Parts: sequence; structure tokens; C-alpha cells
Amino acid sequence: MNTLSTPVFCGLLLRRQLVLGLRKPIEIGNPLLFFAMVIALFPLGLGPAPDTLAVFAPGILWIVALLSNLLSSDGVFRSDFEDGSLEQLLLAPQPLYFSALAYVLAQWLLTGFLLALLSPLFAVMLGLDAAAIPALAASLLLGTGVLSLVGGIGAALTVGLQRGGMLISLLILPFYMPVLIFGSGAVQAALAGASAAPYLAILGAMLCMAVALAPAAIAAGLRISVDA
Amino acid sequence: MWSFFHKLGSPPWLYRISGSILRWLLPLTLLALVAGSVWGLLFTAPDFRQGNSYRIIYIHVPAAVVALAGYYVMAIAGAVSLIWRMKMADIAMRACAPIGAALTFVALVTGSIWGKPTWGTWWVWDARITSMLILLFLYLGVVALYEAYENKALAAKACAVLSLVGTVNIPIIYKSVDWWYSLHQPASIKFTGGSTIDPSMLYPLLFMIVTFYALFTCSLLLNMRAEILQREARTGWVRRLAGEREPG
Repeated sequence: MNTLSTPVFCGLLLRRQLVLGLRKPIEIGNPLLFFAMVIALFPLGLGPAPDTLAVFAPGILWIVALLSNLLSSDGVFRSDFEDGSLEQLLLAPQPLYFSALAYVLAQWLLTGFLLALLSPLFAVMLGLDAAAIPALAASLLLGTGVLSLVGGIGAALTVGLQRGGMLISLLILPFYMPVLIFGSGAVQAALAGASAAPYLAILGAMLCMAVALAPAAIAAGLRISVDA
Repeated sequence: MWSFFHKLGSPPWLYRISGSILRWLLPLTLLALVAGSVWGLLFTAPDFRQGNSYRIIYIHVPAAVVALAGYYVMAIAGAVSLIWRMKMADIAMRACAPIGAALTFVALVTGSIWGKPTWGTWWVWDARITSMLILLFLYLGVVALYEAYENKALAAKACAVLSLVGTVNIPIIYKSVDWWYSLHQPASIKFTGGSTIDPSMLYPLLFMIVTFYALFTCSLLLNMRAEILQREARTGWVRRLAGEREPG
């Protein structure tokens, strides 16, 4: 019996997750739709005055991105846990660290990445200054990567529980806060005419650390959840 | 050395030894708590600028210091339980979470009471205060996760992973007053270089910090003893302790 090498295995796993996602376009659409709808709540709640909205836009966009990522993180491992394929994955000879990374990468490509690409549209709708839009897209691109990785830890720890949904937000939101600080900080710096680069550099550093450490925690969490 | 390590894993041994530690540590801590409070509140000079309101420092700073240290204790206990599968480390980790949460809460409340006369506001979204609030959420997250699992052995493992992940945040909280200069003053006590606090105020403060560490230890041991009894309720030694006849 020949076993697949780890890169090939993870490539296949990534493709499987992406194909599964693309076959249910509504699943990809849901976080984006959620993003659009919550954005639409703010002009209703804060009043439609463009200058008020423009002031709050960096914070609004980042908080909504964070919430839609949180909601989509919950389901990363759910269906595979329920049909037993997660157990097979744990038994596979390839290291779980890289498999977990493939899962998170697929989830990020289908949510955070698309969200970052679409964010300029929503930024314009909220009246954000055009000068800050590149900083917004760049900070979301880096930041949602961290969010997906950290969200994966929460998903792995709660996948075996009956009511994981509420719990995952309690576990994960404290870790989202630093990302939010630097993410909206980048946009605010760009708005003030300063360089967003220092904030983006810190977000990049967070992403490097999350890529290195989070898969180990996800793997440990998955083993615990499958034991239960 | 190793026999000591193995004994740590034995519930009856830990129960007995913690009992004999508590017998002198608990009264001593309570005495020190009263003595330190009286020293700090009555016998130190009032502050040049803040008058008497600064005296809350003798509760605020020790609670905050020990709340942060408590997280390390919890994370280290979590690591020990993950690596060596030691049952007592599980219990220690579980016992740390509510104590740490309570101390963090005390630090936040006293800080807010102190903030009113000195800064003119109960609450500001300052880096140190916000990060202590995050610490409270981290502690509560561990408690919530533990309660969510039916199987307590797995709950402890899951909490260990979560508390290890959380250690990433602790250095940030610890250094936040130095990195983001805002309303909250930077740390006054430094072990290297000069402290910016007068010795007559420093000594009672250090005394209270040590007392709070002792208080943390006492609560931890008391909590652990209760948890040990609950987990081992069916074993012979607990039944003998409770004065029950052994079955059969």
C-alpha cells in the first residue's frame, strides 16, 4: 500500500473542501450576505448622515467582518465530525497539523478572502474615504487569516459539543480583540493621512505566529473532540 | 525528586499534605491580610497629589499582579496535565480559573473606584483596563468550556489547550501599560533600576502582594481539596475520612 506524501494529501484535502464549498454556493454566500445585512443595520441605527457613518466606518467594517468570520468558523469541522470522516483523518498517517491547516485555508478562501475582496464596495456604501480603502482591504486580507486560524481552534474544541455555537464566541472573541485593534487601527491611520504600514506589519506578524502555532492547537482540539 | 513528583499525582497524599499546609498557612494569611490592610490604610503617609484615595493601591495592585500570575499557574498546570497526564494538575488548573476570575474582577472594580476621584471617570477604554477585561473573559471562557463537557477528563484537556493558547495574550496584558501610554500610569515598582514609589509606601505594598499570593495559594488548595473529595467520593480513603463503613 502506498501512502500519499503530505503536500499531495493536503492539496487533495484543500481541493475537497473547496469543491464541497463551491457545490453549495449559498454556504459561501451566507457570510457575505450576513456582512451586507449587518452593514445595512448601521445606517438604520446610527442615522443615515454620511459624515457620522464615515467616522464609524473603519470600526463597523472590521467588527462585522469579525462577526461573520466567527459565524462561519463554527461549521468548519461540524459536518466531517458528524459523518465520521474526521475520525478517518485522525487515523491517516499524514500529520494532523498540515491537514488542519488545509481545512482552515479552505475556510479562509471561501470567507475571509472573498470578504476582503468585496470590502471596498461596502466601504464606499458607508462613505469611507477612498484613501483608506487599500488599507482596509489589505488589513482584512491579513487579519481574516488570523481570525480563521484562531476560529479553527475554537471550532476544534467545541465541535463535539451539543450547543457549541454560543460557547465558541465566548472562547474566541478575546483572541479576536488584538486583531480588531490593529485592523481598524490600520484603516484609521490611513484616514488620518499616516502610513498604515506599521499596523499591517503587526497584523502580518500575528498571521505568521498564528500559522505556526494555531494548527497544533487545532490538532490537539480535534483529538479531544473525537475522543468525546 | 521523582518520588516527590509521583506523590503529587496521588489524591490522598495531596489531600493530607495540603491539609497540613493549610493548617498554618490559612490563619497566617488571614492575619497578614488584616495587618497589611491596617498598615496600608492607617499608617502610611497620604499621597502628595492624590491624598488618601491612593490607599486603594494596597488592594488594587496585589489583586492585579496575582490575577496575572494566576493565569500562568493555570497554563502551567494545563501543560503538565497534557504532557504527563497528571490528574492533580487537571484539578489545579480547574481550581485556578474561578479564583483568577475573582481576582481580575476585584482589580477591575477597585481600579474603577480609584479612577473616579483621580481621573474623574469610572471607566476608560485604556489599554491596561481593556486588556484586564480580556483577561477576565479568558478566565470565564475556561470555566464555560469546562462546564460544557460532560466528560470531565476531556473537559480538563480541552481547557488545558485553551489556557495554553491564552498565554499568548498575557505578555501583552503585562506590558500594555508600558507600550500604550495613556491614563493608566506605567508600573511603579521595578526590580531593575529605581522604583518611582517611596519606600514607606512600597513596603506595605510588597507585603500585601506577598499576602495576596498566599491568599491565592490557600484558595487554590481549598478548591482542590473540595474537588479531590468530589472526584474520589467512591474510594475507600474518602469513605473512611467521612466516617463511613466500607461497603461489603
